[in-house]
Amino acid sequence: MLEAFLSKNLVTQGFGKTDRKDAWWWEQVFTVVALTVFGLYGVYRAFENGFYEVGPYLSPFYSPNLKALFPQAFDWFQLSPAFLILWAPLGFRGTCYFYRRTYYRAIFNDPPACAVDKPKQGLLRPLADYTGETLFPFILQNFHRYFLYVALVLVAFHWVHAFQSIFWDGQIGFGVGSLIVWLDTILLTLYVFSCHSLRHLIGGKLNTFTGGIFSRIAYFKWFNQTKLNQEHWLYAWVSLFTVGLCDLYIRLVANGTITDWNTWGLDWSGVGCLH
Amino acid sequence: MMMSLGVVDREFHVFRGLPDADGEHIGEVKSFTVPVQPGWVVLDALLYLQAHNAPDLAIRWNCKAAKCGSCAAEINGLPSLMCKTRLDHMPLDKPVLVRPMRTFPLIKDLVTDVSWNYEINKRITPFTPYNDDQSTWRYFQEDADRVQEFRKCIECFLCQNSCHVIRHHRKFNHFAGPRFLVRLASLEMHPLDVADRIPFIKEEAGIGLCNITKCCTERCPEDIRITDNAIIPLKERVVDRYYDPITMLLHKIGIK
Amino acid sequence: MMSVHYETKTYDVLVIGAGGAGLRAAIEASAQGVSVALVTKSLLGKAHTVMAEGGMAAALSYVDADDCWQAHYKDTIRGGKYLSNYRMAELHAKEAPERVKELEKWGAVFDRTPDGRILQRPFGGHTYRRLAHVGDRTGLELIRTLQDKGIHCGIDVHMECTMTHLLKDGDQVAGAFGYWRESGRFILINAKAVILCTGGIGKAYKVTSNSWEYTADGQAMAMKIGAELIDMEFLQFHPTGMVCPPSVKGILVTEAVRGEGGKLTNALGERFMKNYDPERMELSTRDIVSKAIYTEVKEGRGSPNGGVFLDISHRGADYIKRKLPSMYHQFLELGDVDITKGPMEVGPTMHYTMGGVRVHPETQEVLNVTGLYAAGEVSGGLHGGNRLGGNSLSDLIVFGQRAGKHAAEFAKQQTVLPKINDEEVKGYAEELVAPFERDSKAETPYQIQADLQDLMANKVGIVREEQGLKEAIEELQVMKARAKVARVDGSRAYNPGWHLSHDIHNMILVGEVVAQAALQRTESRGGHTRLDHLEPDNEQWRFVNSTIRLNESDELEVSTYEKPQMDAALRDLFDKSDELAITQSKQKI
Ligand SMILES: Cc1cc2nc3c(=O)[nH]c(=O)nc-3n(C[C@H](O)[C@H](O)[C@H](O)COP(=O)(O)OP(=O)(O)OC[C@H]3O[C@@H](n4cnc5c(N)ncnc54)[C@H](O)[C@@H]3O)c2cc1C
Ligand code: SF4
Ligand code: SF4
Ligand code: FES
Repeated sequence: MLEAFLSKNLVTQGFGKTDRKDAWWWEQVFTVVALTVFGLYGVYRAFENGFYEVGPYLSPFYSPNLKALFPQAFDWFQLSPAFLILWAPLGFRGTCYFYRRTYYRAIFNDPPACAVDKPKQGLLRPLADYTGETLFPFILQNFHRYFLYVALVLVAFHWVHAFQSIFWDGQIGFGVGSLIVWLDTILLTLYVFSCHSLRHLIGGKLNTFTGGIFSRIAYFKWFNQTKLNQEHWLYAWVSLFTVGLCDLYIRLVANGTITDWNTWGLDWSGVGCLH
Repeated sequence: MMMSLGVVDREFHVFRGLPDADGEHIGEVKSFTVPVQPGWVVLDALLYLQAHNAPDLAIRWNCKAAKCGSCAAEINGLPSLMCKTRLDHMPLDKPVLVRPMRTFPLIKDLVTDVSWNYEINKRITPFTPYNDDQSTWRYFQEDADRVQEFRKCIECFLCQNSCHVIRHHRKFNHFAGPRFLVRLASLEMHPLDVADRIPFIKEEAGIGLCNITKCCTERCPEDIRITDNAIIPLKERVVDRYYDPITMLLHKIGIK
Repeated sequence: MMSVHYETKTYDVLVIGAGGAGLRAAIEASAQGVSVALVTKSLLGKAHTVMAEGGMAAALSYVDADDCWQAHYKDTIRGGKYLSNYRMAELHAKEAPERVKELEKWGAVFDRTPDGRILQRPFGGHTYRRLAHVGDRTGLELIRTLQDKGIHCGIDVHMECTMTHLLKDGDQVAGAFGYWRESGRFILINAKAVILCTGGIGKAYKVTSNSWEYTADGQAMAMKIGAELIDMEFLQFHPTGMVCPPSVKGILVTEAVRGEGGKLTNALGERFMKNYDPERMELSTRDIVSKAIYTEVKEGRGSPNGGVFLDISHRGADYIKRKLPSMYHQFLELGDVDITKGPMEVGPTMHYTMGGVRVHPETQEVLNVTGLYAAGEVSGGLHGGNRLGGNSLSDLIVFGQRAGKHAAEFAKQQTVLPKINDEEVKGYAEELVAPFERDSKAETPYQIQADLQDLMANKVGIVREEQGLKEAIEELQVMKARAKVARVDGSRAYNPGWHLSHDIHNMILVGEVVAQAALQRTESRGGHTRLDHLEPDNEQWRFVNSTIRLNESDELEVSTYEKPQMDAALRDLFDKSDELAITQSKQKI
C-alpha cells in the first residue's frame, strides 16, 4: 500500500463534515446536555453542604457521610462532606469504559460520530498528535479496576442506607423517599456489577472454562455477568439520572418544598435525622 | 419492513475515479437512474449499472450473500456492505450515494487497496497449542462460543475503515485496527493456545490508541461485539501485565 | 495497438486458485521445500469456499462410534450413483479424518461434543452423523484456518490476478499467463508444476448459489492444452436456494437446515418427500430432493413464488440462532422472513459441478499433461453422478494435500524450468486486448452472459431432453461468434467488463461441454435428468463415464470410457443385495 497515503492527514474536510444523512449529531447533543446539567447540579449540591438528609433518607451524594461516621477522624475537614466521597463515584464513572466512549465522542470529538470528521485541532484537543490512552492523563484509565473496588464498597453503603430507609423509630414502613432510594440503589448496583473490569476479574481473564468445578463456577459467573455487561450503557445512564433524582427529592423534602408521603405518617419536619 | 411493490426508478450517485500518485481518491460523483426491483440491495443496482450503463465500473464483490466481505463501501456516508444494504430500507425520494472506503488508497471507482490489512495479519503469532498430542485436546462448546464469535469475521475491513485511529489519525504504522484486535482476541482466548501476545498487543498492535469509541462495533456486519468482547478484555489483560501492581506482582511470582 | 508487455516471475510450483483446495495444496507444496506462488482472482480468503455452510464430511466417529471410513466410502459411492472413481472415493474416506484433525491443529475451532471433541452433524445421504462443522459457516472456518496457516509458510500470494492461459513446453506444462486485475498489466508465471484449483462453472446459470468467479476458467484452460473433462453432464442443483425476492434467487439455504430437522412441505401442507424417499425423507440425496421439488412445483403444488416451504421454526428461536445464525440473518435481512417464526420458501439452485478435469486418482496429475495437477471442484471423479453434502470440503483438503505433495515432488525432479515461447505469449496478450479495438456500438459481454444464463437454465438445466440440448448446442455456436466481437469500454485498470470479455469464452465452451455430455448420456442418473430417458439405464451406462476433449481443430470430441473394476476388498463392503455395486461390467459401448 502506498506510504504517502498512509501518512496523509485526512482531517481535511472540516469539523462535522460527512456524507451521512441520518441524525448522527443527536447522541452528541444529548450527551453534552445531560452531562452539563448533571455536572452543574452536582457541583452546586456538593458545595451546598445542606439538605442532604431527612428522616431515614440520606442523599447518595453524601453517602457514606464520613464526617458523621467518624467525627474525630475528619475533624480537620472543613468543607462539605460530599467532597470526601464524591471523588469515588466520579472516578469510577470517569474511567468507566462506557463513559469514556461517550465523552471522547461528545466532548473531545474524537470522533464526533462514526465516519464524521473531527476538528483538526482546538481547545479540547490540545495535543497535536493523537495518542489515545497511551499517555498521561488518559493512561490513568487503566486503573479503572481500583475505582471498581471502591465502588463496590460504596454499593455496600448504599444498601445499608436503603435498609435504613425503611425503618423509622423501630417500625418498618416506607415512603416515596424509600422507593426512590431503593430504585437508586438497585440501579447503582446493576451499574457497578455490570462493569467491564469486573467481567475480566471474575472469569474473563481465563482462557478456558473447560475442567472441574472451579472452571464451571467461573463460567457461570462470567456468563451471567456478561448478560448484565451488555446493558452496561443503559445502567450507566439510568443510574446517573436516579442518583440525581434521589438527591433532588431528598433536597426538596429536606428544605420543605415538598412533603414525603410515607406509612409512618410523618412529614419529617422537626424530627431528627437518622444519620 | 414491507417491501415496496413493483419496479421503481431511483437515483444513484456513484463515485467514479482513479487515484493520483499517492492513492488519493480523485474523481467525481456521477448520477444514474436505475429501475429498482423489490428486494434489491445496493449491489444489485450497481451490477445493473455495470451491465447497462457503465461496463467498466469497478466494484469488488464475490458472494452477494454477505459471506465473503468483499463489497465494503460507504453508502449514504455509512460504511456498509453493498450486498447487505437493502434499497427499500432507504428513503425513496433521496438519491443513494455510494463511495469507496475512504480510509484506504483508491484503486478505481469503488475499489480500494486493502493490502495493508494483509500485512498486519502476517505479524501476528499464529496458533500455538499447548502440546502436540491432539488426542488429549478437549474443550467445551462454552470455550468455542467465545472464540467463534471472533472467527465469524469475514474480513470486510469495514471496522478498519470506520476506526478514527486510522481513518483520521492515520496510525497505520502503530495500530493494528479492530479487525486484528479481534483476531488477536481469538488467539489469546483460544482454550488450547499458549503463545503470549500481550507485549505485541500493547506495543505493536497499539491497543492503547483505541479509545473504545465503538465505531467498529457499530459498523460490523457480522455483529461481532468488537469493543466489548475483544478489545476491552484485551485492554484488561494488558492492565494485568503492565499497570495493575497486584497482578504484576502475581505474574512475577508465577501466579496467573 | 495496446501494449502487450508482460512481467515474468518464476516458481517451482504455481497454484491457481486460493479456495480450500488451492490453499491446502500451496501449504503442502511449500512444506516440501519448493517455492510456491498462489494466485487468485479475488482477495485472499474470499474464494468460493468461504460460502460453504453445512460442514465437512469425515468419519471421525466422535459422535457415532460405528462410523468408519468404509461406511463413508459406501455412502459416497452410492450417493455418486456408482459412477465415482473408486480409488478416489477410497482415499477420500480414509484420509478425510486426518485432514480435518489437521485443521484443528492449525487453529480451527469446530463446534464441540459434550465431552469436548469435534461435533458432527447428520447430512443428506450420510448414514452416520459425520459432518464436522461450525454453525453454518464451516467454509469460512476452513478458509480462514488455511489462510492464517498459509501466510506463515513463505508462499507468495498474488491477489486479484487472473490467469487466462496455461502454457506448455512440449508435453509438459510450463506455467500460466494472465493479468493483474488492478492495473490490467500482464503477468507470466513460469513454473515447473502447476496446480489448478479454480472451482466450478456456476455463473453460466442464472439461478445459482455460485459467485462471479465461477466462470469455468480452469476447465477451459486445461482443455485447451489437452486435458479431458469427465462427467460434465452431472451438475448439482441444490434443492434449497432462496426464491424470493427475485434479487436473491439462488442464494443457498444450507442443507444443515434439513440436517437440524427442517421439514419440507408443499402448498397443500403435505410433507411431500414421503412420496419420493419415504425412508430418508428430507435427508435424501440432493438430486432426489431437487427433482421432488421440481415435480411438486410443476404439478401445481408449489408456493406462491414457485418454490416449496421449508420450516425449522419448531426447533425454537434459541436453537436456530445458535446453530443456523447466518441463515437466520440472511432471511431476516434479505428476505424479510423470520425463520424462527415461520417457513422459508425454497427452490433448486445450480450449486456444484460434479464433473471436471480428469486426473490421476492418487497424484491428481491431469491426464495427458505432464506437470499439471488439479484439485477441488475443478477436478472430476470423486463425486460421480451426485455429490453428497459435506464431501466437497473434505475433497478440497484431501486432494489439495495430495496435489500439493505430488506437484512439489515432480517439481523437485525437474532440473530446469520449462521454456516459454514468447511469440505464443504475445499472441495471447493481443487476443486479450483485442476487444478494446472493436466497434464501439457492438454489444457488451454482459448481454451475452445474460443470454447464456437463460439458455443454460432453459435447455441444459435441471431437466434436459434431446431436442433442447441440440438447440442449445446450436445457439451456443452463435454465442461463440457474438463473444468474438463483443466490445469493451474504458481502460485496462480494474475493468470488469474487460474481464468478462475473456471469461465469457470459457463459460460458453464449458457450457457446450455440459450440453454435449448431457446429450450423450441417454438415461437419468444423479444430477442428470433426461425427460426423454427418465430411468437409469444400467445395462448401457452403469459402468461408463463420459469424457470430452478438444481435438486439434478445436472441436469437442465426446466419448466414454469404461470404469475399472472395484477392488474385491472394496466390493465386499457392499451388501449382496446392492447389485449395482457388486455386478461387474458386462457391456461395452
Ligand atoms: C453457498 C455454498 C455452500 C456450500 N456448502 C458446502 C458445504 O456445506 N459442504 C461442502 O462440502 N461443500 C459445500 N459447498 C461446495 C464447496 O464450497 C465448493 O465446492 C468448494 O469450496 C470449492 O473449492 P475450491 O477450492 O475447489 O474452489 P474455490 O474455493 O471456489 O476457489 C477457486 C479459486 O480459484 C480462483 N480462480 C478461479 N479462476 C481463476 C483464474 N482464472 N485465475 C486465477 N485464479 C482463479 C478464485 O479466485 C478462487 O480463489 C458449498 C458451495 C456453495 C456455493
Ligand atoms: S473502539 Fe477502538 S478500535 Fe473500535 S473504532 Fe473505536 S477506536 Fe477504533
Ligand atoms: S470484525 Fe466485523 S467489521 Fe471488522 S472485518 Fe471482521 S466482519 Fe468486518
Ligand atoms: S459480496 Fe460477499 S460480502 Fe458482499
